Amino acid sequence: MLTAIAIAVDGLGFAAWLFLSSVGLTLIYGVMRILNIAHGGFYALGAYSSAWAIGLYTATGSTIALSFLLIPLAALIAGGIAGLLVERGILKFMYGRDEVLMVLVTYAIFLILEDVTKLIWGTESYIAWQPAFYFGTVDIFDIPYTVYKFIIIGTAMVVGLALFLVLNKTRVGKLLLVVIEDREISSALGINVTLFFTITFVVGAILGALGGAITAPEISVSPGIGAEIIVLSFAVIVIGGMGSIGGAMIGALIVGFARAASVHIYPPAELFSIYLVMAAVLAVKPYGLFALAESRKI
Amino acid sequence: MTNKLDRTEIGLLIALPILICVAFVLPKWIVNYVHVSMGTGLVALGVMIQMRAGLVSFGQGLYFCIGGYAAGMMAKFFGVTDFIILLLVGVIAALLISTILGFLLRRYREIFFAMLSLAVSMILFGLLSSIEDLGSTDGFNLPTPSYLGWSPEGETARLTLYTLTCFIAIGCAIALNRFLKSPIGYINEAIRENELRVEYLGTSAHKAVHITYVVAATVSAIGGVLWALPLGHVDPEMTNWTTSGQFVFISILSGIGNIAAPMIGTFILEIVRVYAVEISPNTWQMILGTVMLLTIIFLPRGLWSLVTRAKNSTKSTQVSAQPAGE
Amino acid sequence: MTTILETKNLEMKFGAVYAAKNVNISISAGEVMGVIGSNGAGKTTFVNMVTGHLTPSSGEIIYRGQDITGGETRDITRLGICRSFQIPQLFPELPVIENILIALTIAKQENAVLFRAAIDQSLEAEAHQILARFSIDQYAHQEIQTLPQGVRKLVDIAMATVAEPELLFLDEPTSGVSADEKMDFMRTLIEALKSTKTAVLFIEHDMEIVEEFSPRCVAFYEGTILADGPTADVLADEKVREFVIGSEFHRKTSDQDNKKVSN
Repeated sequence: MLTAIAIAVDGLGFAAWLFLSSVGLTLIYGVMRILNIAHGGFYALGAYSSAWAIGLYTATGSTIALSFLLIPLAALIAGGIAGLLVERGILKFMYGRDEVLMVLVTYAIFLILEDVTKLIWGTESYIAWQPAFYFGTVDIFDIPYTVYKFIIIGTAMVVGLALFLVLNKTRVGKLLLVVIEDREISSALGINVTLFFTITFVVGAILGALGGAITAPEISVSPGIGAEIIVLSFAVIVIGGMGSIGGAMIGALIVGFARAASVHIYPPAELFSIYLVMAAVLAVKPYGLFALAESRKI
Repeated sequence: MTNKLDRTEIGLLIALPILICVAFVLPKWIVNYVHVSMGTGLVALGVMIQMRAGLVSFGQGLYFCIGGYAAGMMAKFFGVTDFIILLLVGVIAALLISTILGFLLRRYREIFFAMLSLAVSMILFGLLSSIEDLGSTDGFNLPTPSYLGWSPEGETARLTLYTLTCFIAIGCAIALNRFLKSPIGYINEAIRENELRVEYLGTSAHKAVHITYVVAATVSAIGGVLWALPLGHVDPEMTNWTTSGQFVFISILSGIGNIAAPMIGTFILEIVRVYAVEISPNTWQMILGTVMLLTIIFLPRGLWSLVTRAKNSTKSTQVSAQPAGE
Repeated sequence: MTTILETKNLEMKFGAVYAAKNVNISISAGEVMGVIGSNGAGKTTFVNMVTGHLTPSSGEIIYRGQDITGGETRDITRLGICRSFQIPQLFPELPVIENILIALTIAKQENAVLFRAAIDQSLEAEAHQILARFSIDQYAHQEIQTLPQGVRKLVDIAMATVAEPELLFLDEPTSGVSADEKMDFMRTLIEALKSTKTAVLFIEHDMEIVEEFSPRCVAFYEGTILADGPTADVLADEKVREFVIGSEFHRKTSDQDNKKVSN
């Protein structure tokens, strides 16, 4: 019983973190058909800038409460700048190219971002635990959980809901769906496709950075976190079907619970349980659980 | 006609004695880089032959690792140190696993192949990282190999292993060159361009992809054994996706035009890495990324296309001089 | 004449829509027949079903006494049924000669040896002969993607003949060929195919071409066969005039398009 509750709460926590870290990836793929490996770079930039900012701020001795503002701010600035530079500086010249080629291009960008992170923040670890423990802990059946975990879960839900509303209930969202459906027709209709691409990419980058920024207080931010998250978020979006926001949510829940279950039942399986789930889903439903059927060729 | 050596094969055969002589002339540290880059070069070749079919494997480290670990485990648990047996064990392990996984992977193309191959390699990464008997994330050490009962030591051991590695690496390269010209290799190019037509011409694209996958896996496993033995160590990093990414990098850089290109590319990369890491450790990946971007944009067929382009410009004048047709 | 292909009550449903219904066609060895019908009438669906690209919802396809319904494309090709495509399905980054060589390689070496070269001089000579038969040998060393549509069409058809099929489907061979070149194009084509005694079924929108080149004609309408018989009779048929030829006339005047997707 205790294990089941622990798995449920931890699973939800993992899932929220995974959703935040991968929803930007699925958004960019859905709109632009780019499987963006550089997403891991945005995540790392977000994590570093948030940990660094929190560190600077707490060193001044001011109230910790305000440091919560630094997290979205760091994501916004780091993700916004990096996303804009990558899209305007590199990707815009490559639209319409083969999807696999774009994977390679974003892999190259990922490598570059890795070193940009190292050049700015060095190779040592950053620890910014203060926000994570500011609200203390709550006990659920005698297991203590930080309130911060629930803040992350709440944030994930808010982000998910906001994306859903923007995509389905606003004019911009509807135009975006047209762009997704057919690029050529939408530009013929007078929709500024390029602008949509830029905005989508920057928003996706900011979301990736937010995933990193919000996790930063819970972990030790060190080199390699970008490479790690990219595989996890691949698993998440592949399971749900790439390009689907709802799919990313389901994918995050599946991966989150799989990981939580192995942590509590059989810890050595933690690392590979996720990939096992990913491979299993791919083996059965090649294009994810919620993917649309491919159109015919002849 | 079919058994004649082509230019690439002759080049490789000429390179063989030079490669071996180098060990006695050049400083030891350079020779060591040549030695290990023959191992990783073979893995890059494995990535490249799949790229011919339009498949980008972001998980080729899987077989690199399987080769190394299979040989290592043979030595660790059964005390076998014989080079030939270790190599064979690596090959057999890769053959078995790739044949089985091939049934799954042959159904996927493009980014789905890339991601599934990555996922599979990461399963092994997670698995090896958590097995304590295999040293978890630290891996374990391999012994110095023996050869049919002969156990050389020191310099002799190093040079023996090096010479054998040269023979095997060149042998593999020639075999793969043949493979690319074989019907399956030829069909691979067609699959990359239009799989529907391949099926309509009367052959199974799945089967060709499967065979290619197994061949690539086998050569990568050989690379794994040849890489692990001189270093005397294996660890799960071999199958991390970042390792696989480097093999992809080499294939992109060298292109899919010629078998020799990835081998040369790997060696150059190793040497550049030594200096880059020395001079500016935090910009090494940035250099890699930038070079990769520039290659994709300006030389989509890889650096080797510069060589063929130079060759073709002299050749095309001859061709156009002939009347069209027969 | 012996019947080589026979379809019995072929039916294909996409959701609630019938792309084929009650399609019964028999084809004899060596005959040439034209298939007409407006877009979406089920012509390409018919070819897709017989060649194994689509599995019919119900019905049977018998080829030389063998039930091939729902078989794999590649197996059906091996049995001797080949096809060309409305939009040429080629290997665009490779030169014409390599396209043909690949087709020859596949046709000749089913159980391929792994490490032996696929191409030799005799195979290359054969490829050039095939190109010469279709009068396109002068393009041998050009990449497909640099060629005009008409040449691509011919390469596409040449590839379909490499395996020396007994039955060949040509899906709109003259689409994308300019109006005044169509006749010559078809003449080259039929001439090239004549020597092989292949039964040819071609889908065509231009009635003049059907009249000129095929003694037999089948008219499709909304998935069913409207008429089947000697071309002159079919073209004179009242229903055909109303539903097929009328709309063809319409189509010609309204759009001289390059359609992206067929039915």
